[in-house]
Amino acid sequence: MSRVLVGVKRVIDYAVKIRVKPDNSGVVTDGVKHSMNPFCEIAVEEAVRLKEKKFISEVVAVSCGPAQATETIRTALAMGCDRGIHVEVSGKDYESLGPLQVSKIFAALAKKEEASLVILGKQAIDDDCNQTGQMTAALLDWPQGTFASEVEITGDKVKVVREIDGGLETIKINMPAVLTADLRLNTPRYATLPNIMKAKKKKIANVKPADLGVDIVSRACRGTEWDTVGSLYEQWRSRSEHGALVF
Amino acid sequence: MANPLRSEVLKLYRNLLYLGQEYPKGPDYFRECLKSAFKKNKDVKDPIEIRNLVDQGESVIKELGNLYYLREYRDMKKLYHRQEMFTLLNVGRLED
Repeated sequence: MSRVLVGVKRVIDYAVKIRVKPDNSGVVTDGVKHSMNPFCEIAVEEAVRLKEKKFISEVVAVSCGPAQATETIRTALAMGCDRGIHVEVSGKDYESLGPLQVSKIFAALAKKEEASLVILGKQAIDDDCNQTGQMTAALLDWPQGTFASEVEITGDKVKVVREIDGGLETIKINMPAVLTADLRLNTPRYATLPNIMKAKKKKIANVKPADLGVDIVSRACRGTEWDTVGSLYEQWRSRSEHGALVF
Repeated sequence: MANPLRSEVLKLYRNLLYLGQEYPKGPDYFRECLKSAFKKNKDVKDPIEIRNLVDQGESVIKELGNLYYLREYRDMKKLYHRQEMFTLLNVGRLED
């Protein structure tokens, strides 16, 4: 029997009216209601359903972020996950944490926990990157079933019906695999009080990215500003060789 | 009130109170309605009746869960599946 890793992200609640900070450096997050990313809820629900149908034996909820990320993991536990892993990233590191770093973390965890499936939401409603699932699959060299609106496991294969532009696509992929959940995959259960109380007994392990051998240095670099299009073009022209751009 | 049912009723009250935090008309409004609904039945002695009332409370919990889900689904659909909604409207079909 197998283990599933589910990634959950703590984001500003979908119903909150977003306000930009007065200095335009970002959005106001202090004192603002946060909750689990809606697509992550769908991912958790699918993992728990797979366990209830006895296709998998254990569901592990993972979240990367500061201390408050454990609240989101608690919600996942209340929805039926067995245990949680909190990958602690805070401060400046958290501000620059993006899909590349998160997917490195998930890839390392998937290997460490010997997971047969990694299920994520298709994208987060705060950054709308839609990259983490795909990158995680690439780093692990696993097949991916993204934008899943239907998941069916038979043996060691997964049949995924994907929602793509223009309709639905059905694929069959081998496990281990990465799946990302789309809106119509399922109806997530609401975490009621008794379930939340039960979840308090479940364990959440705390790890740092370094423990997993992951370097979370941001790859984003600031570009150069040009005064005019002309000066940019000049630079390009002077750096080109045989008509090709060389940097 | 019979003893085993007492703890069930209390659990139900606490559960509903927790769920009421997200209620569209506000948690305070919900709490007032909840209190008056429970107060109205405080003198009920028959265990079968109490059982029925508790079951009614459980179905309210289910309905609240559905309400919250539909609200979120509707908003998510608007945000991420807009194209589809226009197609549906053009064809004149009503779905979901």
